[in-house]
Amino acid sequence: MQHKHSKDGSRPDDPAMAEIHSQLATQENVLCVLTVDLNPQLRFAPGLLVLTQQRLLAKNEQGDWSSWPIRDAAGVALPGLALHHFDHAGVGTLELLDGASAPTQRLASWRFTLGANVQALRLLRLFAQQQAPVRASAPDDDELPLCPECDLPLPPDSDECPACAHQVHTPPSTWVLLRLWRFAKPYRFQLLTGFLLTLASTAATLVPPYLTIPLMDEVLIPFQNGQQIDPAKVGLILGALLGAAVLGWALNWARTYLLALVSERIGADLRTATFEHLLDLSLDYFGGKRTGDLMSRIGSESDRICVFLSLHALDFATDVLMIGMTAVILFSINPWLALVTLLPLPFIGWMIHIVRDKLRTGFEKIDRVWSDVTSVLADTIPGIRVVKAFAQEKREAQRFRVANQLNLAVNDKLNKTWSLFTPTVSLLTEIGLLVVWAFGIWLMSKQQITVGVLTAFIAYIGRFYGRLDSMSRIVSVTQKAASGAKRIFDILDHVSNVPEPAQPVKIGNLKGGIEMKGLGFRYGNRSVIRGLDLQIHPGEMIGLVGHSGSGKSTLVNLLCRFYDVSDGAIVVDGTDIRRFAVADYRRHIGLVLQEPFLFFGTIAENIAYGKPGATRAEIVAAARAAHAHEFILRLPQAYDSLVGERGQGLSGGERQRISIARALLIDPRILILDEATSSVDTETEKEIQKALDNLVQGRTTIAIAHRLSTLRKADRLVVMDRGQVVEVGPHDELMAKQGHYWRLYEAQLRQVDTEGDDTGAADSQIASAAAQLAHTAQHAPQQAGSV
Amino acid sequence: MTDFNSTPGPDFRLARLASGHLQFTGLDGEVHEGVTPVRAFPLAAPDEGISLVSTDGHELAWIAQLQDLPAAQRALLQEELALRDFVPEIRRLKSVSSFGTPSQWAVETDRGETTFILKGEEDIRRLGHGALLIAGSEGVQYSIADMAALDRGSRRLLERFL
Repeated sequence: MQHKHSKDGSRPDDPAMAEIHSQLATQENVLCVLTVDLNPQLRFAPGLLVLTQQRLLAKNEQGDWSSWPIRDAAGVALPGLALHHFDHAGVGTLELLDGASAPTQRLASWRFTLGANVQALRLLRLFAQQQAPVRASAPDDDELPLCPECDLPLPPDSDECPACAHQVHTPPSTWVLLRLWRFAKPYRFQLLTGFLLTLASTAATLVPPYLTIPLMDEVLIPFQNGQQIDPAKVGLILGALLGAAVLGWALNWARTYLLALVSERIGADLRTATFEHLLDLSLDYFGGKRTGDLMSRIGSESDRICVFLSLHALDFATDVLMIGMTAVILFSINPWLALVTLLPLPFIGWMIHIVRDKLRTGFEKIDRVWSDVTSVLADTIPGIRVVKAFAQEKREAQRFRVANQLNLAVNDKLNKTWSLFTPTVSLLTEIGLLVVWAFGIWLMSKQQITVGVLTAFIAYIGRFYGRLDSMSRIVSVTQKAASGAKRIFDILDHVSNVPEPAQPVKIGNLKGGIEMKGLGFRYGNRSVIRGLDLQIHPGEMIGLVGHSGSGKSTLVNLLCRFYDVSDGAIVVDGTDIRRFAVADYRRHIGLVLQEPFLFFGTIAENIAYGKPGATRAEIVAAARAAHAHEFILRLPQAYDSLVGERGQGLSGGERQRISIARALLIDPRILILDEATSSVDTETEKEIQKALDNLVQGRTTIAIAHRLSTLRKADRLVVMDRGQVVEVGPHDELMAKQGHYWRLYEAQLRQVDTEGDDTGAADSQIASAAAQLAHTAQHAPQQAGSV
Repeated sequence: MTDFNSTPGPDFRLARLASGHLQFTGLDGEVHEGVTPVRAFPLAAPDEGISLVSTDGHELAWIAQLQDLPAAQRALLQEELALRDFVPEIRRLKSVSSFGTPSQWAVETDRGETTFILKGEEDIRRLGHGALLIAGSEGVQYSIADMAALDRGSRRLLERFL
């Protein structure tokens, strides 16, 4: 992507630009052009908004221009004029307000879908610059190369804008199955051998019907006419028949075995590639997909493709060969009879084509419905405690039944077409045979052919139509495999929202200084973080506080690069984190979560998860530092004890300490504690706190906690509210300020006084909700009794 | 605590300011500028449960039924809500760039013609009774009131994604 310095972002030869220029006075320059795509009534209609040094011009959908001066005749910016921007439900709005007169007046407003949002923000910024005193007209703006798309400064040694690079939407091509070639290519020599074997074995199977001609004409018919049978001739023919059969068998075995091996390998490669790609995708992909669906894609779909390649595709290739060779043989014996024999073929081909479309969409639908069925399982089984606790077994069963019913209905609909298909092909076969018989008898009566030729034709055509029948089956299996392949390539084609940079910056020694500049993040159309600026020094401990939903966890997710920011940038040690290789960057981040996840394996393996080459001594040292060593030794197999997927058999605090040891072992420069102690009791918290104190030393730490008491050691506290930083400073300073933090702290203190336990703001909300629940529960029996 | 059956008499006043914002005046005389009405159930019951939220995100009033409001206030609210209810209803699918996703859709809506990108099949949400809600990549939601009511060509295109 090359960057242009032209401020309006479009080429001068553009007719739209020419029209804009016709509106301008001399000496008036365009600063920014915004194409809006909605009119005030929120209908899709094109419009333009143009900012110059003197005016704001707008063109509506009828092509009429209107303008508002932003400076007076003397060139001084009009006071009170302001441009407001906000967005909701995917619609952005710019409002021009005049605050000079007593009540603020709205002069005009424009609306657009969020595709134009970046440009709108640029217009907003340039407008503000125009309004500001002249001396502040940002001289650095011309020096820093800016991305032409989004107006962010480009990294000093690169033309690629980190923010725009990932907004690529290229739809995949439709011919999916051919794309499997990428996986078949490493096995092309085996595939070629397999093909040659197929050719040979098909030829071998075509020999026997041909031998019926001499058997009829030279042995059986003469015998019927009173001649003797020649044993030598009969022996020769029967021997040839046996030989052809044995040869066919051997060749068939060889190619089936070879191709089955190859297709199994292709299937395995496909599975591995898909899973590896899946792991590279960003978290929001997993948020949007259901586990059951992804599991079925990688598991059964790849298996289906494998079966298709090893069985059906192979059979189909053989069939095509067989038909081709048979046709050649038939024509060489008798062209006329051959013609009549092959006549129904185009008709059947046409029929197959008609049904194909119906079946393909049908099978795609079945797949989707099928993953709905598995999704119900994937939802219910992990949540079984909740299901049982609320006694909703019947409801879940009903949900499954509905999904299954839908599956049934879709299948029924498809089967209507499908079931008609095979019998029709059979019927056509019978009719074809009939035609051959009739035409053959007529030809024989004209002395054109012998009995032997007719029998050979009937023998060939029996196989021939038999193959057509099985070929018609290929339609459905190909479609099934194609839809499976499409669903797999959907994963493979998905570009990670957290893209790897083309030329990653190597991370040497990370100091851990973090700077967040104008950070914005949007989840779907909801903006979670906006305009956030924060600077964190290397080795500093920051406590993030705020109500739940204030954007703390999102900020942490952005810092870990689980998602990429929508606006602005996160800069670590002077480099935008989008310019580091993702894995390289994350290696320097230690993350301790509220719900520690332990993988199936031993405790030692779980501690060494982030550093598989760790020595036993390192593992033990990390466990000691995390205050986990002693309880681990109390387990029957100590460090070799197995823990399950949710760490059954270990308490919450114990699991948490294992995960702290895990973070300690990789020795990260940046440490993130996301509610590390909120799921455990106060006593355990003290244990964990001791472990954490070891962990925090000398690292840049960002800790989120509900209980403000856990953040006592933080150098600075950052208070967030609805996606923005509202206060920053040490505890004492913020207390003295009596602002947001003070209110949060006081609220918690009150909780401590009344309940003797330190619960956070959100905890208190939960507590009051729980109290209300208890209240309703007391009344419930009375109500139930009165019914 | 919360009374779930509170009758929403006119215990507040709404007015539109010259700035285009809504002004809310509570019973206690407290004035809030720039309040936004938010539907609690935009899909299931749009006219039931509307919350008036202040600029700092706190609920000022709860309207159980839009119908219960005096006409003038209701008109004001509906006017404001109309701007927030931007969910173009798809009348016809003109074309889709591919049956795999991401796929660019060209559609005719009740608000004019447009195109959007469907990022994945899971962005199509079924609402029951043949109604669909489709999330475009730019955050705009598109609705289809009744799949069966679409024309044949549109239905055929749509079916490939369902």
